[in-house]
Amino acid sequence: MRLSKLFERVVSAIPVAIGVAVLAFMFLRFLPGDPVEIMLGDTAVTQQQIDTLRSQLHLDKPLLEQLWLFFVSLFQGDLGTSFLRNQPVLKLIAEALPATIELTMATIFVAILIALPVGIISAVRAGSWLDRTVLSGALVGVSMPAFWFGLLLILLFSVELKLLPTSGRLTATLAVDSVTGFMLIDTLLARDLRAFGTALKHLILPAVTLGVVFAAVLARVVRASMIEAMNKEYVTTARSKGLREFTVVVKHALRNALIPALTVTGLQFGELLGGNMIVETIFAWPGLGRLVVNSIFARDYVVVQAAVMLYAFTYVAANLVVDALYTLLNPRISL
Amino acid sequence: MSAGRNPTGIGKLFARVVETPLGLISTTIIGLYVLIAIFAPLVAPYDPDATALGQRLAAPSAEHWFGTDSLGRDILSRTVFGARVSLLIGLLTVIITAVFGTVVGALGGYFRGVFDSVTGRFTELLLAFPYLIFAIGMMAFLGPGFANLVMALSLKGWVEFYRLARGQTLDQAAMEYVEASQALGQRRFRTLFREIVPNILPPVVVLATLRVGYFMVLEASLSFLGVGIPPSIPAWGSMIADGRGVLFIAWWVSTIPGVALLILVLSINLLGERLQEIYDPKGKSRQRFNRWKRRRAAAAAPAAAGAGDAATAAGKAQ
Repeated sequence: MRLSKLFERVVSAIPVAIGVAVLAFMFLRFLPGDPVEIMLGDTAVTQQQIDTLRSQLHLDKPLLEQLWLFFVSLFQGDLGTSFLRNQPVLKLIAEALPATIELTMATIFVAILIALPVGIISAVRAGSWLDRTVLSGALVGVSMPAFWFGLLLILLFSVELKLLPTSGRLTATLAVDSVTGFMLIDTLLARDLRAFGTALKHLILPAVTLGVVFAAVLARVVRASMIEAMNKEYVTTARSKGLREFTVVVKHALRNALIPALTVTGLQFGELLGGNMIVETIFAWPGLGRLVVNSIFARDYVVVQAAVMLYAFTYVAANLVVDALYTLLNPRISL
Repeated sequence: MSAGRNPTGIGKLFARVVETPLGLISTTIIGLYVLIAIFAPLVAPYDPDATALGQRLAAPSAEHWFGTDSLGRDILSRTVFGARVSLLIGLLTVIITAVFGTVVGALGGYFRGVFDSVTGRFTELLLAFPYLIFAIGMMAFLGPGFANLVMALSLKGWVEFYRLARGQTLDQAAMEYVEASQALGQRRFRTLFREIVPNILPPVVVLATLRVGYFMVLEASLSFLGVGIPPSIPAWGSMIADGRGVLFIAWWVSTIPGVALLILVLSINLLGERLQEIYDPKGKSRQRFNRWKRRRAAAAAPAAAGAGDAATAAGKAQ
């Protein structure tokens, strides 16, 4: 029963995905002028190069046929060719993806590490000075531009304290074979603890930058849903059974409070992807966001188009996963 | 008294906002920023674009309070002028998105039908894109520029207002006063825009306030990446980006415009929360309702009538 509901939900995401692809297809047509001329810019090119690019992008065909060909190649897993790097876009994205996933996971880890205890303590001591401090801190965090906070962290930890590196994933001299693309795993596979430590150090600043901003949002949600859960009858029941307060808070209230927190995490996942793009630019993190930003300035629009589409697909998929988890965690809710 | 509870006039609302210290501080700061932005040429000690290569990266001093950037331009003056961009983008985008989103949402929620399904599908599509990535994508293709930026932000920004207005309208349409208005033979458009829409405005105003700050941060992020406001106009985001390259030798170039942005956005968010406190009433509506019940029980006729109105008005506001 629930499985079929989930299936329905997945099916309903299909038209959205198609729409996303159509919109991404349209992006190239928003360019003011002839895409081919804009992309090739002032580089000295022959008429033949222009024609090749034009036919590669199918721009020499009617619009509807272009759209059809766009979808055909999409289903064949062909996202086009980067004219700048002369490589399939899919390959470029696949190379950049592990770095972005690694950073995203580290960011979520940092955010949860901060938000969960802070939100819980704030809820348990609601109204106290501690709670008010947390709330004000969270408001500052929400109001703060992530990229500026990243620069402040660089100022403090790299410029002043000289503790952490500011760019890249690993020092060049310590390079290890790329097996999974995840630097932390690759360095361990290479049994190089020094490289692992360095990779971890490289990860700290970018992950903390976005993790703190994200924690500000999350802590407010955890606090609010914890306060609500603490007022429920099952908490009173647990207390009257003589359970320790810690057990009541963690085992009874927290479990139920996590569901709304999860939903918000899902909704905020898009903000996280966008924030990643900026953080990757600041810290020269060779992920998807940096690929997009670099491609914008190189006028390599095929890459931008494909990456924006991929971001949207990821976001839609992430929300599906959250919905699925939601039903798993709370059997009373059906989608 | 009843007016104090659910203020309608701007003056009364303002009086309510500044009742708390945070409300007073945030409105004062916002007012100050607005004044500075309007009178920027009078406030700024230097021409924001005047370069002085002999004065490159000068540290904060009596002459240049916030120092100078890598072209010797006065950071204070550029920060003052930067307020114009942030405030203009924030306000303009909010006005466009709030009006458009609320109208479309109210129409959809009230008339339902094909229009509602079509707009609903379309917003789902827009929601599939993370906001910043959508804006970056749009700006990549449209190119940097003030008008393009407002367009890229507005194209997606109205969806939040649409969802809010549609949901609120659905709730309101089921209420008795709407039925009464229809039963009296009021035209449906009139019912929607004269009866329902005024009642859904409070949450829209709260959302609009909070979105102003959000749009400002988005604008700064895009300008920081170089796809927002063109570098020729002083904007906080691009100023922060300028300072990135000299972070190790001149901390002030990036830090100062960021502080300016943070204080403004924080004040706007505080104002938004204050408005929410006034309009919404999580927790407070219950108190109000209880008070109203008590008063009614006391059967003091005029007081009960006044308080009763306030309670129903507050009920509608939700």
